[in-house]
Amino acid sequence: MNTVGEAAQQALSLVATGDPKLVGIVLLSLRVSLAAVVLGALVGLPLGAAVAVNEFRGKRAVIVTLNALMGLPSVVVGLCVYLLLSRAGPLGSWGILFTPTAMIIAQTILIAPTLAALTRQVVADGWNEYREQLRSLGETRLGAATTLLWDLRFSLVTILLAGFGRAASEVGAVMIVGGNIDGVTRVMTTTIALETSKGDLPLALALGLILLAIVLAVNAGAHIVKEAAQHRYG
Amino acid sequence: MRAPLSLMPLRLEGVIFEAGGHRIIKGISTTLKQGLRSIVLGPNGAGKSVLLRLCHGLLEPTAGAITWNSPEVPGGPRKQAMVFQRPVLLRRSALDNVRYALQVGGSPARERHDRAYEALCKVGLEAQADRPARVLSGGEQQRLALARVWALRPEILFLDEPTASLDPGATHEIEGVILALHQAGTKIVMVTHNLGQARRLADEILFLYQGRLLERQPADQFLRSPASSEAARFLEGELPW
Repeated sequence: MNTVGEAAQQALSLVATGDPKLVGIVLLSLRVSLAAVVLGALVGLPLGAAVAVNEFRGKRAVIVTLNALMGLPSVVVGLCVYLLLSRAGPLGSWGILFTPTAMIIAQTILIAPTLAALTRQVVADGWNEYREQLRSLGETRLGAATTLLWDLRFSLVTILLAGFGRAASEVGAVMIVGGNIDGVTRVMTTTIALETSKGDLPLALALGLILLAIVLAVNAGAHIVKEAAQHRYG
Repeated sequence: MRAPLSLMPLRLEGVIFEAGGHRIIKGISTTLKQGLRSIVLGPNGAGKSVLLRLCHGLLEPTAGAITWNSPEVPGGPRKQAMVFQRPVLLRRSALDNVRYALQVGGSPARERHDRAYEALCKVGLEAQADRPARVLSGGEQQRLALARVWALRPEILFLDEPTASLDPGATHEIEGVILALHQAGTKIVMVTHNLGQARRLADEILFLYQGRLLERQPADQFLRSPASSEAARFLEGELPW
């Protein structure tokens, strides 16, 4: 009955003792998810901005597809990447299945559409406001897209956080392509799943609390930076 | 650094504009020449803002033709500019907003800083150069929009009620900058709701009514004795502004 209290205590003692195994798991989680956010942003932000400022046939279909892909189940992404990277798959020769690289690829594919869809929405709203002025100055579509991305940078921070949140919290994709190998590809979410199935609920909950704390800390930090910058630039 | 051929005169021939099944501009033919300050007056819904956007190229006419004497080269620097009722400023410093306009306009990188600063001085914003543009007051923001125009040195400037949301003091400052631009050789075409402003700034008045150009007169003549009964009612304040 006292699982939560016990878990909190265990979480604290795990953090306090600086258990090296735990530190390794946390760092790998951060490394994989942050790398996925960076790579996903390199694809998703320009893509979202391009869709927002350009008029083309099938634009509506692209928007619907991007929005739908936000709900892409992580296990499906994991399965697809697994098929690509497995020995018999087209990219099997890379030999990266069950490595952190494979996990980064899977999470990037998972969150890039989310980043693109949310960026498109934000940039489209901005484009409505800026369009006449930018066209009046003689700005090209490409120039407008980059100008908008920079000018809306504070809103984009929130989008990146959403992407990070989705990557850090998913378990399906990293489990399938990483394999949850102790000391190699074990991250927080896969550890939680494992400990739960082993019946060590306090440890699983403790890890859950730490994961929650990390996500909270990242969000709080980004929020403070965003608020300060927004206050400065209006 | 101007091309030898002037943009103007600007010719409108039978210009019609429709949107959403409504005919907003119902056939306007006229010519805008270098020099005179042209003020566009008319009651609400007359099509004044739409006419300005058609001239500036932000809207395409449904029918008719809008032709410049020597059109701008596509992709080349713009020789015309527009100031909107609510200026759109980027989230960067006042100086960088002007520099951005110069960059888009294709001016050389090494000139941009000096030209931008000079333009800020012209509108009295040099002390605000490093302040973020979006935290400036309404009047300062509109002056910054005019500094952006000043830096570009366009041949013609369209203004769509630039002082509509400003207090009299800020309005006075904006009018001063508009006059200075005119004296520096920029053709002024401005929509306003403010009759006092029309009196102060206009050389000639274009009176729009229900999508048609009803009258075009020297300002003092129009304001004293308009030819049409619609214009007379407008000046009496009987038509909705």
